Parts: sequence; structure tokens; C-alpha cells
Amino acid sequence: MSLTELQTPTTTEVRVGRLEDVPPGEGRAFTAGDTQVAVFRLRDGSLHATQASCPHAGGPLADGQTDARVLVCPLHLFGFRWSDGASTSGAGPLRVYAVRESDGDLLVTL
Amino acid sequence: MAAVLGGRPEGVTTVPLGPDAELDPRPRVVVVGNGMAGARLVEELLERGGGDQFAITVFGEEPHGTYNRIMLSPVLAGETHEDEIVLNSHDWYADNGIELRSGVAVTRVDLPAKTVHGDDGTVTGYDHLVLATGSSSFVPPMTGVHRDDGSLLPGVVGFRTIDDTRVMLAAATEHERAVVVGGGLLGLEAARALQGQGMQVDLLHAAGHLMNAQLDADAGAILKTSVEALGITVHCGLTATEVIGPDRVRGVVLADGRAVDAGLLVLAAGIRPRTEVAVRSGLEVQRGIVVDDQLRTEDPDVYAVGECAQHRGTVYGLVSPVWEQARVLADVLTGTDPTAEYHGSRTATKLKVAGVDVATMGVTGPERDDDEFLVISEPRRGVHLSVVVRDDRLVGATLLGDTSKVAYLTQAFDRGSPLPARRIELLVDLSDGKAEVGVAELPADSQVCNCNGVSKAAICEAVAGGCTSVGAVMDRTRAGKGCGSCKGLVGQIVEWAADGDVTEDPAADWYVPGIPLAKPALIAAVREQDLRSVSAVFAALAPAGAEDARSKMALTSLLKTVWGSDFVRENDATFINDRVHANIQRDGTFSVVPQMKGGVTSVAQLRTIADVAEKYEVPMIKVTGGQRIDLLGVRKEDLPGMWADLGMPSGYAYGKSFRTVKTCVGSDFCRFGLDDSTGLGIDLETRFQGIESPAKMKLAVVGCPRNCAEAYVKDVGVVAVGEGRWEVYVGGAAGASVRKGDLLATVTGRDAVVQLAGRFMQYYRENAHWLERTYDFVPRVGLEKIQAVLLEDSEGIVADLDAGMQRSIDAYTDPWAADLAEPATPGQFRTSLPLVDLPLVPVR
Ligand code: SRM
Ligand SMILES: Cc1cc2nc3c(=O)[nH]c(=O)nc-3n(C[C@H](O)[C@H](O)[C@H](O)COP(=O)(O)OP(=O)(O)OC[C@H]3O[C@@H](n4cnc5c(N)ncnc54)[C@H](O)[C@@H]3O)c2cc1C
Ligand code: SF4
Ligand code: FES
Repeated sequence: MSLTELQTPTTTEVRVGRLEDVPPGEGRAFTAGDTQVAVFRLRDGSLHATQASCPHAGGPLADGQTDARVLVCPLHLFGFRWSDGASTSGAGPLRVYAVRESDGDLLVTL
Repeated sequence: MAAVLGGRPEGVTTVPLGPDAELDPRPRVVVVGNGMAGARLVEELLERGGGDQFAITVFGEEPHGTYNRIMLSPVLAGETHEDEIVLNSHDWYADNGIELRSGVAVTRVDLPAKTVHGDDGTVTGYDHLVLATGSSSFVPPMTGVHRDDGSLLPGVVGFRTIDDTRVMLAAATEHERAVVVGGGLLGLEAARALQGQGMQVDLLHAAGHLMNAQLDADAGAILKTSVEALGITVHCGLTATEVIGPDRVRGVVLADGRAVDAGLLVLAAGIRPRTEVAVRSGLEVQRGIVVDDQLRTEDPDVYAVGECAQHRGTVYGLVSPVWEQARVLADVLTGTDPTAEYHGSRTATKLKVAGVDVATMGVTGPERDDDEFLVISEPRRGVHLSVVVRDDRLVGATLLGDTSKVAYLTQAFDRGSPLPARRIELLVDLSDGKAEVGVAELPADSQVCNCNGVSKAAICEAVAGGCTSVGAVMDRTRAGKGCGSCKGLVGQIVEWAADGDVTEDPAADWYVPGIPLAKPALIAAVREQDLRSVSAVFAALAPAGAEDARSKMALTSLLKTVWGSDFVRENDATFINDRVHANIQRDGTFSVVPQMKGGVTSVAQLRTIADVAEKYEVPMIKVTGGQRIDLLGVRKEDLPGMWADLGMPSGYAYGKSFRTVKTCVGSDFCRFGLDDSTGLGIDLETRFQGIESPAKMKLAVVGCPRNCAEAYVKDVGVVAVGEGRWEVYVGGAAGASVRKGDLLATVTGRDAVVQLAGRFMQYYRENAHWLERTYDFVPRVGLEKIQAVLLEDSEGIVADLDAGMQRSIDAYTDPWAADLAEPATPGQFRTSLPLVDLPLVPVR
């Protein structure tokens, strides 16, 4: 895999898809090697990435709803803070990854 | 050495303040007393950002962290371990950046110098000083109770602190007999606990009946019987005159000359505010430290809260006024609300005294000629209930032995809410004999919220932990956040656990949590400012324009209702079900329910469904409770293909919307059928298909009152009664709640049914809270009001209702066909769980 190209000793930045794959306000799931990630593009343009399945009971987080503060899982509506992945209602924590856009590519740091 | 409650493990010492404490530029708040009031004040300060604003120092004479004094009774009874009653440990203070000087008593305040002197010789400056020194046990005058140095004779103990409690527990292992002085709350609790520890207890009470401050003589007499039944000897109207010593307590001499042996003497005959520091410092002290409505003493920088304070002539001895005072003072000190005032508390108490439930509020008996006074007395059952009503408002209630009505009465007492015309209903439920279990009787471990597995105990814990509103408790515990059917019960338990001291949720009447407007104001703003998309609503109406994830679904529904086809769809503002027009399942797959109007299908439809199920390897095909066919366990990416192959419209089995109309076979086939229920059901479903609403709307039409399609328990249920006449029921339910619908009207002709059903649904759509089903909406608004509005046009809005419904009907498009033609957003049907092998649901 092209994973190795950007490898640094501790972290890896992986291209998972294109910005236009994720409509404004929504989330989409991607694979980065054998890690599943969900990438969210908020209406204010900011990007967030988390593990793809919910720590509570495996819900598909890319189908969740978002605001500037939290991601809400579609299955049992637990909320998770973007800032640290902590749950606002008792589950979790959720893994959050750094993500950025470069030339239209979505780059997630694993 | 006895352990320090809430202290650090052995060997760990309190971190001394570094030299920079002196340089800390923040104003310094010093709190004297780390009991319930002092600690709550600190918590309220932190909640308002006071942790950054102030350098906070707390003095506590006791070496312990803050513990729950109320829980000393269960500790004494051996029901609770002392570690469990810690509220704020030493670590908690450290973690929150608060300096706790435990084991240090403040001896005096130098008001001009603005310093406090500790008994460890330290002098600490303050900008704001708060006295929260609480009370101490009153020592009644008795010969020999003190030793020469003024300390109490060994074996004589008050009931105030954990150390007192430890002394009593130790005595219970060494001595057989105890005398408790005082037949109020504390004395009864102590007597009962000590008796439970195996001691033989004599209870002395100076007044004529027990708990004379809260109960009238009749109730007091019943309580005496209950307490004596436990094996405690009660002497009313009798005091002790002398303590028999000399080295330690050996017994007491009573006023009637008798002597009673005892190795332990507990003083629980009242409390006295601890005012010695205030007196020594020259502050005005009457019974307590005199404070104004902002809890300020005559010195503008010195405040007092809790049992040591005297406000408008009253000194309180219960915690709920303490909480209110702490809130006001925190508002004032932090400047959150510089004009906040405390106006005194109406105390309603609910206690369990010596195993007997007691609740009291307001006056205990009639005081004026026209006061209404209702008493139910059942001495044999140990029950005595009374209420006092003045000018149609509840001004007092006493419940002994049965407190099932306490939440209701507290609310009536606090809010002055209307009382039932039949006053007896204040005290007993007359409904139908199968009296509901009161929240008080509910066992602690009983599950209240089944969706999220929340017990009554967890709710009470959240209240004890400081959640003061129903909303806060729901946020903390998630109770009531599943199907919502337990919300009422959660509210009652919160009310009960908080002794009625519940703060209104400011957000309680907002339509959605993210926008501070009730529904009518929200609709008006949406119309006036021409807001057609959810993001436009947030930008215009949310505080700081902030989006709120949990408000989006409700706003989408509302905007669709208001704007019809002029609504601007934003896929991210919808719940996943509405994004892909299918119901999400536990493994991230979806279910597909095609429309099957009135539950009537055909050979062609069945064949198509069978083919589609085969082609897409659908794991389960099921006949639903809504009279149609469900294809379950479908992959998201297969949805468009299936819709195309089905060629049927969506059955809307996923949305907060009009769902189905169940029907029975009716007059065409059934030998009892009075009218064509099947045909009318199909008409209704055709007209109202897919209409969005605050919660689901499920209908049914039956051909006779045998009710085979369950019309009596539907949001709108229609029953044929013959000769073209139909009964229209509303507000029925047979889901999480079961309720027979109310008969809205009996009308003639199918068109009249369709019109009335549409009017009702539109009225509901415009006025219901988000997720409020008709079974809550109809009783809330009241059937009579709904009848007046819809049948007599009492508000002149019927034409608008009809037009509003028509607008929504005209805006209907089948979502499956629409998104098949063109996906709403890129990747609308892309899977969200790429690596999981689906389906995970069982295949049948
Ligand atoms: C499929 C079906 C069960 C079945 O196998 O028969 C069903 C399945 C679900 N029901 Fe139901 N209900 C089904 C008929 C009913 C009925 C019977 C009826 O419609 O006549 C009721 C009682 C009537 C009522 O609603 O008053 C019913 C009362 C509920 C409730 C309780 C609502 C309430 O407030 O009382 C919920 C929970 C909710 O709405 O929050 C619920 C929720 C659900 C959900 C949508 C739970 C969810 O959010 O995922 C279930 C989806 C399962 C899935 O994975 O797809 N379902 N549910 C039925 C579909 C009917 C249809 O064709 O549309
Ligand atoms: C056994 C028991 C059961 C109770 N049950 C109930 C009940 O069921 N319901 C109810 O509403 N209320 C109940 N109460 C009453 C309730 O506990 C009090 O209302 C509440 O504790 C008052 O809070 P406070 O902070 O004013 O006083 P306290 O909690 O007494 O706190 C005062 C603190 O200040 C410290 N202090 C005093 N002087 C100084 C000084 N000079 N320097 C440093 N520190 C000082 C004291 O050591 C103490 O820790 C009960 C009380 C007891 C003892
Ligand atoms: S289908 Fe309905 S009753 Fe069955 S588990 Fe789901 S919500 Fe509960
Ligand atoms: S699976 Fe995410 S909240 Fe339950």
C-alpha cells in the first residue's frame, strides 16, 4: 500500500479520499489500510475524523449528526466531543484522528 | 487514630501553598466551614466560573472532607458505610484548585483588617468572607452534664458530626442502654438506629407529642405508637434533670424523680446556630448571624449561609434552604446575577423517621375560620394524613405513614397549582382502585428507564449529586432519553428525591434544545424572517448562530410543515433514516417497507416483493404490526436498486410522520361490517401519505365496534357505526403507553371523516411538542378545547388548518422515486461500515 510513502516514526498520514466525497455537514466512512475512519466536514468548513464504528455498540458513526461541539451516533444517540472523543452521555471514549485537506485530498493522521 | 473521612491515603499530606499564593492577583474568597452550605457554595461558585475568578480558601474545623450530614443516620444504623457519604474529598478540593484548611477552626475575624485568624495561629486575608459554620447540638440544662473544664461528660454526645456518630457506634458495642433526649427528627433517628444496633433505648421528649414542630397532636400520637412498636420506650412531656456520673454517664434522673440506667446519653433536643466567631468579631447576631436578602451581614464583605444565618427572622434547620442560599450568594459573588436575592424558603420536608415516612409542608392545622381542613386518620395502619386549604390554595399538608402523594402535594404547595374540586383527591387516588404505585414506594433498584437501564437509585443519586432540574437529571443519567415513555415518572422521582426543590428547565418549553424559543414563537420567527433551511434557522435564531446536532431533525420537520414544497432540504440536517428513507438497524443495515395502503395487497405486489427479496438476499421478510411487509437487513448501497425494482412508493416506516392506516375487511366481506372501512382507510392513507409531524401518526379504520384493526388505540381511529356515520377517536395509543382514544365527533360520510382527520392532524402538527405523540397531546390540550377549535371554529383557524394541510399534501413526493432519479448528496448510499461483513442480523 501507499501507506509507507508518508511514514514517520510515530504517526502516519494517509490519504483516504477526496474532499468532495464528503458533502458539507455530513460524514463518510473510509478505510486507511486496515483502519476504518469516519471523516466529517462541518458546514463551517472544518474537518474531523474519528474511528468509524461507535464505541458503544458499533453504530455507523459516519451516519451520525454533528455540530461544532459533538458527533451524535445514529443508533442510540450518544454524543461524543470532537475535542477529545469523550462521550457527553456516558459511553466511549471515541478515537479521534487529525485530518486535513491538501489539494482536495483528505489526509488522516493515524 | 480514627480515619479522616474523604482524606488522602496515609502518608500523603496536603500540598502546602507555594509562595505565589501571596502574589495571586485574584480576589480571595474565604469560606469558614466546609459543611453542606460551605461546600455547596464552593460548588456553585465553580459552576459559575468562580474557580478562575477567585482564589478560594475553605476552613473546616473537622479534619474531614465534606460529607453528607443527612446520611449520618443510616451510618449510625449500620445501613451505609461512612466512606459512602463523602461529598467532596480532600482530592476534590485539590483538583479544583481550592485550598482546604481542614482541621483548622477560625477563632475570629478582624473586620477592619479583612483577615481571619485560625486556631493554628495563621492569619489569612480575604476580599469576601463567607461564614458557613452551621449549628451545634443544644445541651439542655442538666446537673452533671459538663465536667469541670466545661467539656461534656464522657458518654454524653450530640448528634451532629461523623465523630459523634463514631462515639455512639463505639458505645453501642460496650453498653446496653441508651437515653436519647429529644423526640424530633434527630432524636427519633438516633433512637431507632441505636435500637437497631442492639441497645435498649429510652426516648425523652419535653413536649406533649413527638415531632411537635411538624405534626399535630393526633399525628404525633400515631407516630408514638409506631415508634413504640419498634421496641423503643417513649416518654413524652418528660425531661431529664440530672446526669448520673461521675467519671462517665451511668444514667439519668428524670423530672418525675425516677432514674434510668444508661451508658450513653444522646442530646438531640434541638440545635443552636454556631455564631461564636461572628459574635467575637462584632457582627450582629440575634438567634443566628443576621443577613439581608443577599446573605450579607452588616459588613459589606462578609456573608453568612446555612444554618448559622438568620434571614428575615428565620433560622433554617434543613438543607433545601441551604441550597437556595448558596445559589443566590454564588450569583452575587461571581456577578452572574448581581441583583440575585433570597426571599426565604417555604420548607416542605420529606423524611423517613424511625422507619416511618413523614412529609410535612406549611401549616399543620387550620388557622382561620374559613380554612378547609381535611384529615384521614387510620391509627391501626399508622397512617395520618391532613391538608389545609386556604382560598383554593394548599397552605399545609402533613403525611404520616403514607407519603405516596407527596410529589403532587409539594408541587401544589410550591407553585399554587389548581386543586381538585373533590378535596379528598388531594390525599387519595380515587381513579379505579388499582392505585398506581407511588414513587416513594418504588424500590431503589427498580428500573425506571428501560431503554437506557436507569434505576430509581441512579436518578436519586443524580439529584443528590446536584442536578436540580429534570433536564439535568436526564442529561446526567440518560433516563427518559430512549423512547421517552418514562419521562413523567422520571419527573416525579426527581421531584420526590429533591423534596420538591426542582428548578424549572429554562429549556423546558423550547421546541428544540438549540434555539431558545417555544414553538409558536419559533414558527412566527421562521415565517417573518423567511427561514427556509435549517442552517438559516441556526444562523438567525440560535445563540451565537451555533448549530446544535440534536435540534436538526426537529427543525427539518418543522420547516417542512411550515413551508411545504418551498422548504430547502439539507441532508445533513436530517436523521439517517430520513437521509436514506429507511430505518437503520442495529448492525447499520436498513429495513425497507413499501407502502401497502390499508394493508391491502395484490398478487402483482406480492410477486414483486418476493422477487426483490430473492434478488437482494434479504435476510428476513416479515409481516409488520402495521399491516404491511418489511424487508429487513438491507445494505445501504442496495437501497436504490431495491426501490427501482419494487416500483412502489415508500411506506414511511422510518420517519416521524404519518405512517399507516390499518383497516379491517369491513362491509364488503365481513358479516358484521357496517361500512367500507377498507376503502376509507385507503382514502386516508392516499391523502395523508408521508406527511411529517412532531411524532408518528398511526391510524386505523374499522367497520364496526368489534374493533378488529384496533382503531380505539390509534392517533386517529375511525369506527363505523352504521348509516354512513363514523366515530372519530383521537389520542389513542397501544405502544409504550396504552390509552383509549377520546371521541372527537361522530360524523356522516367519508368526506367528513377525511376532513376532520386532516384538521386534527394539522392542529396537532402545529401545536405539539417535538416527539409528543397524540396520546400526550390530546390530554394536555384537553378534548373540550380541541372540539371547540375543530368543530366550532372557536379560534377562527379551521380554514387555515385546512389550507396548511393541503399545502403539505401538495408538497408530497415519494422520496424513493425522487432520490432514485438523483441522489440528494454525493455518496448518499455509500456504506458507513466498510470493513464489516454484513449482514450481522440473523438470516431466516
Ligand atoms: C416493524 C415493526 C414491528 C413488526 O415487526 O411488526 C416496528 C418496528 C419498530 N418500531 Fe414499532 N414497529 C411496528 C409497529 C408498531 C406498532 C403497531 C402499529 O403500528 O399498529 C406500535 C404501537 C402503536 C403506536 O405506535 O402507538 C409500535 C410502537 C412503537 C414505539 C412506541 C411509540 C409510543 O410512543 O408509544 C416505538 C418507539 C418510538 O417511536 O420511539 C417504535 C419503534 C420502532 C422501531 C422503528 C425502533 C427504531 O427506532 O429502530 C422499530 C424498527 C425495527 C427495525 O429495525 O426496522 N414502535 N410499533 C412494525 C412496523 C409497522 C409498520 O408497518 O409501519
Ligand atoms: C443526623 C442528621 C440528619 C439530618 N437529616 C436531615 C434531613 O433528612 N433533611 C434535611 O433537610 N436536613 C437534615 N439534617 C440537617 C442538615 O444536615 C443541615 O441543614 C445542614 O447540614 C446545614 O448545613 P451547614 O453547612 O449550614 O452546617 P453544617 O453541615 O453543620 O456545616 C458547618 C461546618 O462548619 C464547621 N465549622 C463551624 N465553625 C467553624 C469554625 N469556626 N471554623 C471552621 N469550621 C467551622 C463545622 O465543623 C461544620 O463542618 C440532618 C442533620 C443531621 C445532623
Ligand atoms: S420492533 Fe418494536 S417492540 Fe420490537 S424490539 Fe424493536 S422497538 Fe421494540
Ligand atoms: S452504537 Fe453508538 S450510541 Fe449506541
